[in-house]
Amino acid sequence: MHFARSPIVARLAIAAFVLLVPSALRAQDTTMRGVRIGLTYDPSGKPGVVVLPVAGVGGDSIAAIVARDLDFGDRINVITLDAASASAAARASIPNWALLAKLGAAAAVQVTPAPGRLHVAIYNVSTRQTARIHDYAVPPMAQARDWRAAVHAMSDDIEMALTGVRGIARTRVLFERGRRLWLVDSDGEQLTALSTLDGPSSSAWSPDGQRIVYNTYVPSQIVVQPLGGRPRAVASGSGVYISPVFTPDGSSVVFAHGVDEGVDLYSVPADGGTPRRLSVGRGSDNVSPSFSPDGRRIAFMSGRAGHPEIYTMDSDGTNADLLTPLDVGESAYRASPDWSPDGRQVAFQSRIAGTFQVLTVSLRDRGLKQLTSDGSNEDPSWAPDGRHLVFVSSRGGTRQLWVLDAESGRTRQLTRGAPVRLPAWSPRLAGE
Amino acid sequence: MTNRTTVLVVLAAASVGMTACRRQPVAPAPAPAPVASNTNAQARADSIAAAQRRADSLAAARAAEARDAAARAQAAQGELSSILAARVYFDYDRDALRDDAMATLDQKAAVLQANPAVTLTITGHTDERGSDEYNLALGQRRAAQVKRYLVSKGIDGARLNTQSMGESQPAVQGSDEGAFQQNRRAEFEARNAGTLVRPGA
Repeated sequence: MHFARSPIVARLAIAAFVLLVPSALRAQDTTMRGVRIGLTYDPSGKPGVVVLPVAGVGGDSIAAIVARDLDFGDRINVITLDAASASAAARASIPNWALLAKLGAAAAVQVTPAPGRLHVAIYNVSTRQTARIHDYAVPPMAQARDWRAAVHAMSDDIEMALTGVRGIARTRVLFERGRRLWLVDSDGEQLTALSTLDGPSSSAWSPDGQRIVYNTYVPSQIVVQPLGGRPRAVASGSGVYISPVFTPDGSSVVFAHGVDEGVDLYSVPADGGTPRRLSVGRGSDNVSPSFSPDGRRIAFMSGRAGHPEIYTMDSDGTNADLLTPLDVGESAYRASPDWSPDGRQVAFQSRIAGTFQVLTVSLRDRGLKQLTSDGSNEDPSWAPDGRHLVFVSSRGGTRQLWVLDAESGRTRQLTRGAPVRLPAWSPRLAGE
Repeated sequence: MTNRTTVLVVLAAASVGMTACRRQPVAPAPAPAPVASNTNAQARADSIAAAQRRADSLAAARAAEARDAAARAQAAQGELSSILAARVYFDYDRDALRDDAMATLDQKAAVLQANPAVTLTITGHTDERGSDEYNLALGQRRAAQVKRYLVSKGIDGARLNTQSMGESQPAVQGSDEGAFQQNRRAEFEARNAGTLVRPGA
């Protein structure tokens, strides 16, 4: 937050606070010491921002990536320039304040490429002042994957400066397709197959985004693997070893295992050891664990009541409790819980009118909110902003990954091609 | 002496004709042998040829019999292998064994009893509905239920391995109840099942 010490930024922040006390108070939990520019300009509550044309080699790509990242964050109304406006803006040596004001922009972002770095200026249109200047180191553009990662990280920092909340552009989604694990950037680019043990499934991220954990069916085992590193089986044997996740401190892996007497949740050190049983399912199936962010509770699905429902329990397996309101009836089926990063709700899938839909249940009042209705929608996974979800949907014909903004309801398709399963959204990732 | 020899040759030839393989034409009875100096040599040659024909036909009969036996044995092996491999099917989201499943498993138990070296891997599968991870658990529960039943019929549990593929390996494609039913199943893979003994044999 070093930029907040800048006098201009501090002055702007104070001005924004004074002008927007109610909004600022409402947003207190997520508002950092960034610059909340122009919240009053847009009736939707999202500040209008123009990403100015970028000169030089790759300039168009940079402007397009940043504009799309800010748009996908769903906190900013990215204003698209028409050709005439773009050329007018590009001609100006200083910001064309009149044009920006006419477009309804509260702020403008100007990126200027320099050797080995990108120079970023953020303009406050209402005060006609430069709100922030910052340089970002970037690898050569030829290293497409790393270069794009650096530009995404820059976008997230720009979003932080504009809204007070860091973006999620520099994240990836891990998923299963055709008996392999794949990674795709948050914007749907850089689709990459991972080299893993044969037949990986049900993958999850370590909290630092450096390792993944998955299971294979044959042989039946839980595997921890650093990205780009060697796989290591941490639990294996007869029966099933499935649905592993890391604990929030990254030290252990919790997974489901069973042979002949139901399937229960177990914990094992992330570098291997003797598994310790957590859940007491008495012959029922207990799978799909998901930790609360503080690591104290685990949400999971269990068939102990005769049909699959979502439960929570303490991380040592005690105090198991039904989370979803008990829905008696043959068709009740709740599955695939994922605890939100802010700890306030759990996303899951529930069968409604014969197909699955994604819902959330509030930890505070157990209130349910249905988020999807188009096609069959399964396996939700939260983005680190606690606002976006990735899930598998059949709405486009085949099962693909879609991203949903749980606040606005806006959706976009993330993958195309062969059907996919079981997505896991990464934490915010460091630069490559 | 000469006449007696001739009579024996004739009898031998006739007996060859009677017992020879049906596929060979019956050798015509030799004409009354003229009393000549080469009569004995001719009779010997005829006798040797007849004996050869008889030996050939017996070998052919034995080979045909062996072929039939092999085919019968192969059919029996195939039948026993099919019994071991026969799938059992389940109701939606259930691991309980239906009557048809128990009948299939009773036959398997009998073959396993008669062939103590044979081991079985039981793989539980589910249809595509439901959560991927829960379906893996459900598939395991189905395999375990099958194992429990076979153990209850006297099969050593150490001969029965269980595993689950969940919904990942459908037997048939499709998203209707017909396909779902085909996919809610347990499959069986036998080891050490080279030569199977028929139950009760």
